[in-house]
Amino acid sequence: MLNFTLRRLMFTIPTLLLISFIIFLILDLAPNDPTGNLPLTIPPEVRAQIRTSLGLDEPMYWRYLLWCKQFFINEPLNLLNQWFGWCIGDCENRLRVTSFLTRSPVVDLIAERMPQTLWVVGMSYVVGVLIALPIGVISAYKQYSWFDQFGTLIAMIGFSVPTFFTGVLMIVIFSVMIPQDSMFWLPSIYDTTLKVVDWPSFVQQMRQMAMPVMVLALFNAAHISRFMRASMLDNLSQDYVRTARAKGLKEKTVLLVHVLRNSMIPVVTVIALGIPQVFGGAIITEQIFKVNGLGQLLIIGIQNSDIPLVQTLTFLFAVLIVIFNLVADVLYGLLDPRIRYD
Amino acid sequence: MRDHSATVLDVANLKTVFNTRDGEVHAVNGVSFYLKPGELLGIVGESGSGKSVTMMSLLKLLPMPPAEIREGQIEFDGRDLRNVSDDDLRRIRGGEIGFVFQDPMTSLNPVFTVGFQLVEPLRLHMGLSKAEARKRAAELLELVGIPDAASRLKDYPHQFSGGMRQRVMIAIALACDPKVLIADEPTTALDVTIQAQILELVKELRQKLGMAIIWITHDLGVIAEIADRVAVMYAGQIVEHAEVKELFANPQHPYTRALLETLPRMGEARAARLPSIDGQPPNLDHAPTHCEFAPRCKHAFTRCRKENPKRFEVNPAHDVACFLAQSGGSTDA
Repeated sequence: MLNFTLRRLMFTIPTLLLISFIIFLILDLAPNDPTGNLPLTIPPEVRAQIRTSLGLDEPMYWRYLLWCKQFFINEPLNLLNQWFGWCIGDCENRLRVTSFLTRSPVVDLIAERMPQTLWVVGMSYVVGVLIALPIGVISAYKQYSWFDQFGTLIAMIGFSVPTFFTGVLMIVIFSVMIPQDSMFWLPSIYDTTLKVVDWPSFVQQMRQMAMPVMVLALFNAAHISRFMRASMLDNLSQDYVRTARAKGLKEKTVLLVHVLRNSMIPVVTVIALGIPQVFGGAIITEQIFKVNGLGQLLIIGIQNSDIPLVQTLTFLFAVLIVIFNLVADVLYGLLDPRIRYD
Repeated sequence: MRDHSATVLDVANLKTVFNTRDGEVHAVNGVSFYLKPGELLGIVGESGSGKSVTMMSLLKLLPMPPAEIREGQIEFDGRDLRNVSDDDLRRIRGGEIGFVFQDPMTSLNPVFTVGFQLVEPLRLHMGLSKAEARKRAAELLELVGIPDAASRLKDYPHQFSGGMRQRVMIAIALACDPKVLIADEPTTALDVTIQAQILELVKELRQKLGMAIIWITHDLGVIAEIADRVAVMYAGQIVEHAEVKELFANPQHPYTRALLETLPRMGEARAARLPSIDGQPPNLDHAPTHCEFAPRCKHAFTRCRKENPKRFEVNPAHDVACFLAQSGGSTDA
C-alpha cells in the first residue's frame, strides 16, 4: 500500500507539469488583453509599455518557464521564510508570482480568501454528507416508502434547481420577508471582517453562514444521497445479507454493519472526489451571498485577464483534484480487502 | 404416518405467495413434511419447484413483501414458528436452525474476515466472550476440515477457494450446535470432486454432532448417497415422499419415474442425447386447480385435469400425490 502510494505520488509530478503547461497554453490562446479594462484615454504606446512591463512581449515558453520558476522554487522558499524564518538565497528580492491587477503576490491573495471558502463551502459539504448518508440508508432500506419518495423529490429539486435560484429564494424568504428583529432573520451579505471571539460573535458567524451553507448543502446532499441509496440497494439484495439474517443478527446489525460497510466503498470515493470542489469554491453561491472566497477571486481574475492569478488558482485546483484522486484510491484499498495494490 | 412427539420440525400445509406487479406467484402450495431428530431429509425438484422458498419461509428469510406466508403451521421443537416474536425468531435463526446456502462465493460478506463472521453468532447466541468465541471459531474451522484454522480466521473470504468457503459456511451454520441444519443446494455451485468432499464432510459431521438435516438438491445421485427420506417437489407441492430405498426401488409418481429415467446410467450404451422430460414446468400464477404435472404426464387422464390429487399412502413409508397410483393404474375414474 505504501509502495503504491509512493509510486502514484511520483506519477503525479509529470501529470501536474503537463496540466500546468496546458493551462498556460489555454490562457495564452485566450483573445483577451490584460490592459483591456484600463480607461480608453490611455494612449496605445502607454498600453504597449504596460504590456512590456508585465512581460507579455516575451515568448510564450519563456513566460511559462518563468512562472514555473516562481511557482515551484520561489514560492516554496518564501513560505519557508515566512513560516520558519529560514532564509535561503536572496530572500529579499525574490520574484514571486504577482497578480497583474493588484500587484500583490497571488499566494497571499489566496491565503486571504481561503478561510471564508473553507468555512462556508467546506461546512456545506460536511453538512451535505451528514444529511445525505442517513437519508440514503433509510431510503434504500424502506424503498418506495413515503420517506423514500419524499427523499427522491427533495434530491430531484436539489439536483435540478440551480443554486442561483435557491440562493435568491432563500434571501427573499429569510432576509426580506422575515422582519429583521425576528430570530429567524438571516443576513444576506457575508461579513468577512467578523472575528469570532465570544459567544455572540460565534452566533453571528453561524447566522451569516446559514444561508450559503443551506443552499450548497442541499445540492451536495442531493448528489450524495442518491449514490448512497443506489449503493445500499445494490448490497441489500446480496446473498451475504441473507446469510447475516440467517445467523440471527438484529436488523440493525445487518444494516449498519454488514450492508453499510460494503455500501460505503463507492460512496467514499464519490465523497473524496468531491472535496477539491470545496476548495474551488462555489463560484455562483459566493457571488450571491457576497462571500469573498476563492471562487470570487477566480471570477475577478478571469474578468481582468489576470493571467498569473488564474494560472496559479487553476493549477492549485488541478493539484487538489490529482491528490484527492489518489486519496480516493487509497481509501478504496483500505475499505475493500479484495483490492490490493501490490 | 407421523409420530408427532418424535419430530423436531413439523410443517403442515405451508403456502407462500409472492405479490408481484404482474400478479401473484404461488411458489409453495400446501407443503407438509416432518423431520425427526438426527435424520436427513432430502428434497429434490427442478429449479423453480419451490424447494428453497419452502425452507426460507420457515425462518422468514424471504423479503416480505413481496413474499407472504399465507397459510400453514410450522412447529419447531414445540414452538409455532409462524407466531413467535421477532426476538425469538432471531434466537432460532443461527442458534437452533443453521442455514447453508447455495453459492459460497457470494454468501459470505466480502469485507469482513472469516473469523469476524464466525464469531458473530457465537457471541450472540452462546454469549461467549471474545477470546472464548475466537477459540471456538478456530475449533469449528478445524472441525470442517480447514487446515491451519487459527491463523485462517484472519483471512477474508476471497482468500479461500469455493470449497473452503462452503466449509466456512457450514462452520457458521453449525456454530451454535443447531438442532436442524438446512442445506440449500450446498454443492450445486461446486465442482464434482469438491462436492464429494463436502458430502463426506456432512456425513461425518452428522455422525459426530447428530443434528437433523434437510438437504435440498436437484441431484438424485446426492440424495441416494446421503438421505434417509426423500420428498420430491413439483410446482410448489410435494408430489412423492418415501424412504430413500423405497423411492428408488418403487417410484410411484410419473414425475419421479421420469426424473429417475433421465439419470444417465453407468455401463449402458451412451445415448446420443441425454433423456429429458418433455414440456415446461407450469406457470405458478394461480393456486393449483388440477394436477400440475398432468400436461407433461404420459399417463394423465380426465380426473388429473380437473382435480388436484392429495397425498395418499402407498405404504407407511411412502406416500404420493397421484390419481393413477391411487386407483392402482386404472384410468376409468
